[in-house]
Amino acid sequence: MLGQGFVSAASIAASVLFILSLGGLSNQEKAKRAVWYGIVGMAVAVFFTAFGPGIGGYWWMVPMMIVGAVVGVYVAKKVAMTEMPQLVAALHSFVGLAAVFVGFNADLERRRVLASQLAEGATEGFSAFAALVATKTPAELTFLQIEVVLGVFIGAVTFTGSVIAFGKLAGKVDGKPRQLPGGHLLNAGAAVLSLLLAILYLNGAGFWTLLLLAALAFFIGYHLIMGIGGADMPVVVSMLNSYSGWAAAAIGFTLSNDLLIVTGALVGSSGAILSYIMCKAMNRNFINVILGGFGGSKGPAAEIEGEQVAIDVAGVASALNDADSVIIVPGYGMAVAQAQNAVSELTRKLRSAGKNVRFGIHPVAGRLPGHMNVLLAEARVPYDIVLEMDEINGDFANTDVAIIIGSNDIVNPAAEEDPNSPIAGMPVLKVWEAKQVFVSKRGQGTGYSGIENPLFFKENTRMVYGDARSTIDSLVPMIE
Amino acid sequence: MKIGAPKETARGEARVALTPESAQHIKKLGHECLIETGAGEAAGFNDDAYREAGVTVVDATQTLWEAADVVIKVREPSEEEAGFLRQGQTLISFFWPAQSEALLEQCRAKGATVVAMDMVPRISRAQKMDALSSTANIAGYRAVIEAGNQFGRFFTGQVTAAGKVPPAKVLVVGAGVAGLAAIGTAASLGAVVRAFDVRPEVAEQIESMGAEFLFLDFEDTQDGAESGGYAAPSSPEFREKQLALFREQAPDVDIVITTALIPGKPAPKLWLEDMVKAMKPGSVIVDLAAEKGGNCDLTVPDQRVVTDNGVIIVGYTDFPSRMATQASLLYATNVRHMLTDLTPEKDGVIVHDMEDDVIRGATVTHEGEITFPPPPPKIKAIASAKPKEKIKEPTPEEKKAAEHAAFMAQTKRQVTLLGVGGALMLLLGQVAPASFMQHFIVFALACFVGFQVIWGVSHSLHTPLMSVTNAISGIIVLGAVLQIGSGSFLVGLLAALSVLIATINIVGGFLVTRRMLAMFQKS
Repeated sequence: MLGQGFVSAASIAASVLFILSLGGLSNQEKAKRAVWYGIVGMAVAVFFTAFGPGIGGYWWMVPMMIVGAVVGVYVAKKVAMTEMPQLVAALHSFVGLAAVFVGFNADLERRRVLASQLAEGATEGFSAFAALVATKTPAELTFLQIEVVLGVFIGAVTFTGSVIAFGKLAGKVDGKPRQLPGGHLLNAGAAVLSLLLAILYLNGAGFWTLLLLAALAFFIGYHLIMGIGGADMPVVVSMLNSYSGWAAAAIGFTLSNDLLIVTGALVGSSGAILSYIMCKAMNRNFINVILGGFGGSKGPAAEIEGEQVAIDVAGVASALNDADSVIIVPGYGMAVAQAQNAVSELTRKLRSAGKNVRFGIHPVAGRLPGHMNVLLAEARVPYDIVLEMDEINGDFANTDVAIIIGSNDIVNPAAEEDPNSPIAGMPVLKVWEAKQVFVSKRGQGTGYSGIENPLFFKENTRMVYGDARSTIDSLVPMIE
Repeated sequence: MKIGAPKETARGEARVALTPESAQHIKKLGHECLIETGAGEAAGFNDDAYREAGVTVVDATQTLWEAADVVIKVREPSEEEAGFLRQGQTLISFFWPAQSEALLEQCRAKGATVVAMDMVPRISRAQKMDALSSTANIAGYRAVIEAGNQFGRFFTGQVTAAGKVPPAKVLVVGAGVAGLAAIGTAASLGAVVRAFDVRPEVAEQIESMGAEFLFLDFEDTQDGAESGGYAAPSSPEFREKQLALFREQAPDVDIVITTALIPGKPAPKLWLEDMVKAMKPGSVIVDLAAEKGGNCDLTVPDQRVVTDNGVIIVGYTDFPSRMATQASLLYATNVRHMLTDLTPEKDGVIVHDMEDDVIRGATVTHEGEITFPPPPPKIKAIASAKPKEKIKEPTPEEKKAAEHAAFMAQTKRQVTLLGVGGALMLLLGQVAPASFMQHFIVFALACFVGFQVIWGVSHSLHTPLMSVTNAISGIIVLGAVLQIGSGSFLVGLLAALSVLIATINIVGGFLVTRRMLAMFQKS
């Protein structure tokens, strides 16, 4: 058994390692080291806490850890890169659920200790967390209750929210925004009810208040995320990420564990910033995204004139053979069609023909922040030709060919040209400035937002209808 | 209405405003066509060809002017021709109203309506009537042919059994329509073509025609383009730079074709005497601006001169006339399009709609009034060159003031935030127990560190960031570990379940992050 000094030292070491781990993600090369900082930090934290003073129940703990580790390894090995968004969402739900359980436990222990103290007036004979609770003053116990409420509530919202987000991303739940009649009033009602329950609980009501509170929070998480469309998932996932951090921090307060607080706060603020970045990329505020749907437009959207002109793969090939510079703009459609390897092969061929090929990535392309980067990396596209929107937007005017693969709203010129468009003001990739634009698209429908895209009607745009993967696959052999 | 084309009277003018082909189209508009006998001879259209096309051939000039309601011509009318004009008659021809005020006044006094083909505004709709462009195109082509005629070598580089021939180097100054046509012609003959223009935006057009754009490195390069896509006069500093560039080119190039014109001004002198002196013997200069005084110091209009050092300077002003058939066909088509616009109902009635941008712009006298210069057209020539963001370099004082203001605003915001935050902490400290506050300090600092650290994360690594933070948030396992030793079975069970799922989260999260990061590679 290790002493308290060891445990504290380990906490400090783990906190520092976690900070280094997050900070190391500032570039691709350092990141590979950073992830090891994280792993070591976690190992140190778990080991020293588990073998610290006053811990027991190893018969439970060790087998569970082994099983968990095996499952974790299996999942991490099996998952395809295109399934990354749903995996992350699923893992968030685990943290949420764990937070709920730990919160319940804290309250159960509190009740047990109080009961026995009242009965015997003794503080002896408690193990683990119960021993800690036994030393608390009444004021501290009140705060403990507040922390439990927060931890359980946030954890529960995270849990159901993540499950629904997982369902939507995996295609198991319909991606369209859908709400029960009553809409956000229902959420607001549930929140008010939760507050009442929390007050009751703090005034000494039974354990049932906490259970009911968790149930209401489960409902809020479910209903909130059901009301958000598939394309807003980057924001949702990073928001849930943030929540899981805050839940951990709240539990840390409950358990008086600084390491939990520090780590929870790190994760929470990280998720908050990511959500902020995503929202900024869509030129919408956070409330607007979470409350679902695009804001009301101020007038009729501009009429689009002209027609969509289709072209066959051979036409695209000859344009590519003539081009000197090419920019590829991938979107969620590339992930759906699993076309990243075909795209990579196309890139390799074009590059070996001496053409300047680059990728333009919009911050909200895909269903997860940075989703496209990961897919392209998986397909072995070098990251130094994958540029973000601000880096590449000025270059479209000097580009011969822009290829749009399965993206729609993020290349919609209406955002800049039509003040009445629902996406007006959202920063977009200015692909239409390229000399020629090819759009690979399944059909003539509109994108997620249901907005017509004037890009498809522009004079220099040609549409290539069909599955992105088979289109690119048939394109590759025609490149000389 | 009767449309009549007289024989051109200007010396050396071989073109004609009406061709048998355009006459047929004009007849479809409901008009009747007249032509003076022999008017098309020099352009290769004889009277019989006109008769076949249903054109009435008129013997005398005066008869034609009297019979026609609309007179179509190439050159501006001579004083005598202007004398033939009468009340209500329309004249369509080149006119150069800015340079010929007396003539303009004479036409006005006669009460005639004059449509100047050189005043057709440069908007997309009017391109089909843009006679200046069609004429310039011919001039540019012919200039190269003329230069080739004078130049003693091949244009294209060749390696033959009889020795190596270097390619001719052609410099085209001014990339308007004529310049671009010259570039295209010279390039297709195989010459190495360079081109210069004061409007940097034409670089792309120059390069598309196969020439190298000579880039002038000039700070805050003034935009040499004026409305309508024509060049504007340049500043003295710019001119100096430009001349230095030419001076550098002079010894190297074999053929120089200058096409620089500024609307309504004498041609700028760009190829000075010393540059001519620096050129190799046998080199050729074709000055397309000769009529307006020439871009070259030594140009003599309408003459071919050879300098002391053997440089040939061609100052012909009649390039279009040297290709009279082609030029007439194009010009007649331009005029025919103008007539189409003037006859909206196609019923042989001319409606002079002064509300129409194109007609208004080209009309210089109408109903006894001089209507030149026209008001600016409603539609801009080139998609209204987006108001360039003039990033004005702020003066040091302004900069300082702006910085100071920003600093003050930031300070104010931060102080407010700190104040509000501090007050809240103080309130919390009143009710919260000391142990809570200790943890809270840790919490606040951790949030702060988190915010600072995450801003630096590269955008492309956001997914790994999410999965690593996700893995780290599995730290919740500590909570479960702390509780698992509890004496209560229920607590133990819940804690054990928490340990299980949190471990999945930790291991899965870290491994998948590692997998992702391993994929990122440099090219």
